[in-house]
Amino acid sequence: MAYILIFITAIFVNNVVLSQFLGICPFLGVSKKVDTALGMGAAVAFVLTIATIVTYLIQVYLLESLHIEYLQTIAFILVIAALVQMVEIVLKKLSPSLYQSLGVFLPLITTNCCILGVAIQVGMGTYNTQGLEPNMLTGVVYAISTALGFGLAMVIFAGIREHLSMMNIPRGMQGMGIALVTAGLLAMAFMGFSGVDAGLAKAFLG
Amino acid sequence: MNNFKVILNGIIKENPTFVLLLGMCPTLGTTSSAINGMSMGLATMAVLIFSNLIISLIKNLIPDMVRIPSFIVVIASLVTILQMLIKAYAPDVDKSLGLFIPLIVVNCVILGRAEAFAAKNGPVSSVCDGIGMGLGFTLGLTLLGAVREILGTGCIFNFSVFPEQYGALVFVLAPGAFIALGYLIAIINKIKG
Amino acid sequence: MKKLESTWYNMAIVLTLISVVAGAALAYVNDLTAGPIKAIQEKNEQNAIKAVLCSDDAVVVKTEEVDGCTVYITEQGAAVKTEDPANGSFGGGLTIMVGLDQDFHVLGYNVLQSNETPGLGAKASTWFQKGQKGDIIGKSAGPLAVTKDKGEIDAITASTITSRSFLRAVNHAAAAYSKAVGRKLDVNIDTQSGASPQQENKKHN
Repeated sequence: MAYILIFITAIFVNNVVLSQFLGICPFLGVSKKVDTALGMGAAVAFVLTIATIVTYLIQVYLLESLHIEYLQTIAFILVIAALVQMVEIVLKKLSPSLYQSLGVFLPLITTNCCILGVAIQVGMGTYNTQGLEPNMLTGVVYAISTALGFGLAMVIFAGIREHLSMMNIPRGMQGMGIALVTAGLLAMAFMGFSGVDAGLAKAFLG
Repeated sequence: MNNFKVILNGIIKENPTFVLLLGMCPTLGTTSSAINGMSMGLATMAVLIFSNLIISLIKNLIPDMVRIPSFIVVIASLVTILQMLIKAYAPDVDKSLGLFIPLIVVNCVILGRAEAFAAKNGPVSSVCDGIGMGLGFTLGLTLLGAVREILGTGCIFNFSVFPEQYGALVFVLAPGAFIALGYLIAIINKIKG
Repeated sequence: MKKLESTWYNMAIVLTLISVVAGAALAYVNDLTAGPIKAIQEKNEQNAIKAVLCSDDAVVVKTEEVDGCTVYITEQGAAVKTEDPANGSFGGGLTIMVGLDQDFHVLGYNVLQSNETPGLGAKASTWFQKGQKGDIIGKSAGPLAVTKDKGEIDAITASTITSRSFLRAVNHAAAAYSKAVGRKLDVNIDTQSGASPQQENKKHN
C-alpha cells in the first residue's frame, strides 16, 4: 500500500515540475505541442528509471563502500550523460521520426535537473518513502512515479498551450510571459492535491 | 568587444533570467525570498567565474570529441567544492538552498557559457563574461525573490514594509513563482517595446 | 598552442588526467571541510537538545532510535528528533526537535529542517512558542490537534496543513518517547487541557 502512496504523492501532491521545480527547462521548452511533450515525457521516463537504478548501485556499492561520497555529483552526472548518449543512439536507429521531433532536446536531458535531482534524492534517501526503508525498490517506484508526474504536467501544459496559440494575447505577455502564468495556474490546481496523501495514508495504513 | 562591454552584455542585453531564460529551475525554486534568491545567484556566479576561467585556460588541451564530458567534470568538481565549503562555513545557506546546490551542475547557464564563450575566448574576457552573466543571474533571482517576498509576506530582505496579514501567501508558494516571473518578463518585454 | 586532435589516445589521456586532478582537488577540500562540518552538526544537535529542554545542564544519558525518531533521554525528560510521520505538508520533510518532560508535557521545540516553503517553515518556528498564538508549551503531547480538527491549537494563518504536519510530528515524538522508556502515553493524564474528549471526538468522526 505504501508503494501506491509513493506513486500518488510523487505524481500529484509533490509534482516534480509544479511543486519541486525540477525539470523546468524542458517543461517550458518542448511543450508547444502535445506530441512532442509526450515524446519528451517518455524519453525522460526511460532515462530517469535507468539512471536511478545505476546511480543507486554506484552510490551503495562504490561511493559508500569506499567512503568517497564527495564524488557523488561528478559520478552521477557522468553516468547520466553517458546514458543519454546511449538513448540518443538507440532512438536514432529505432524511431527516426521521434528522434527528429525531440531534436535538440534529447542531449538537453543531461542538463535536465529532474534526472540528477531524483538520482541524488534516491541516493541519499531524502525523498518521501511513506515510512518504508529507502532502498532500490522504493527508489525505482519513486523514480517512475516522478517521471509519470513529469509527463502528466508536460502533456496538460502542452494541451493548454496549443489552445493559447489561437488566442489573442497582449503583446508583452506573448510567448514566455503567458506560458509562465499558465504554469502558475496549473501549479495552483495541483496545490489542491496537498493533504490528499495524508488522507490516503490514514485510509490505507490506518 | 572590450571587457566592460562583455560584463554589461551579461547583465542587460543577454540577461540569463529574463532574456535567455536559462537556469529556470533554481530561478523558480529558490526565490521564495530576496535573500535566498541572492545567495543562489552568488553561488552560481562563483561557479560560473571559475568554470569559465579554468575552461578557457585548458581549452586547447581538450580534444573536441570529449569537450562536453570534460567541461562537465570541471563544473561538477567546482560545484562539489562549493557545496562542501557552504556546508562547512555557511550552514544556514545550505539549509535554505538544499538540493539546489548540487543542481548548479545542470544549470544550463554554466555549461552554455562554457560552450559559447569560454571555449572560444581568452581567460580574462572569460572571467568578465562569468562576472557579467553571474551578476545578471543574481540580479534576476534577487529581483524575483524580492517581488515574491514583498507580495507574499510584506517584507523585503526581512524588513517589514506592510503587515504580514495583507500579503498574498500564494506568491511564496509554488504557483506564485511562475506567475511572478511571467509578469516580470511581460513587463520587461513591454519596456523593450 | 594548437588544439589537440581527437584521437583515442589523446581523449583517454585528457579525460583521465582531468578526472584525476578533479578527484584530488575534491579529496583535498573534503579533508579540509570534514572537521568544520562535523563540528557544526554536533554543536547544532547539542544546542538544540539544550534549547528544547529549556535547561543548560541537560546531560544525555541514553540515545535510542524508535519509529524513525531519535530519542535523547535525559534526567529531566527527553529531546526527540522527529519528522512528520504522514509527511503531508507541501514539499514534505519537516524535521523538528521536541523537548518533553517525564509526563509528556511539551517543554520546548525547535524546527531543525523544513523543506517547505521557507516562509512557512520559518513561521512554525515561532508560532507555537510560549505566549504566541499557537502556544503548545506546557500542553501534553499525544493528542494535540488544530481547532479545525476539533483540537485546541490555533493553526498558523493560512497554513493549516503545515500546522497539522507540525502537531503530528509533536504527537509522534511523544509516542516514540513513551515507547523508548516503556511508559504508557496516557492521554487522560491532563483532563484540564480538554485533550482527551478531543481524542474521542476524533474517533467518532
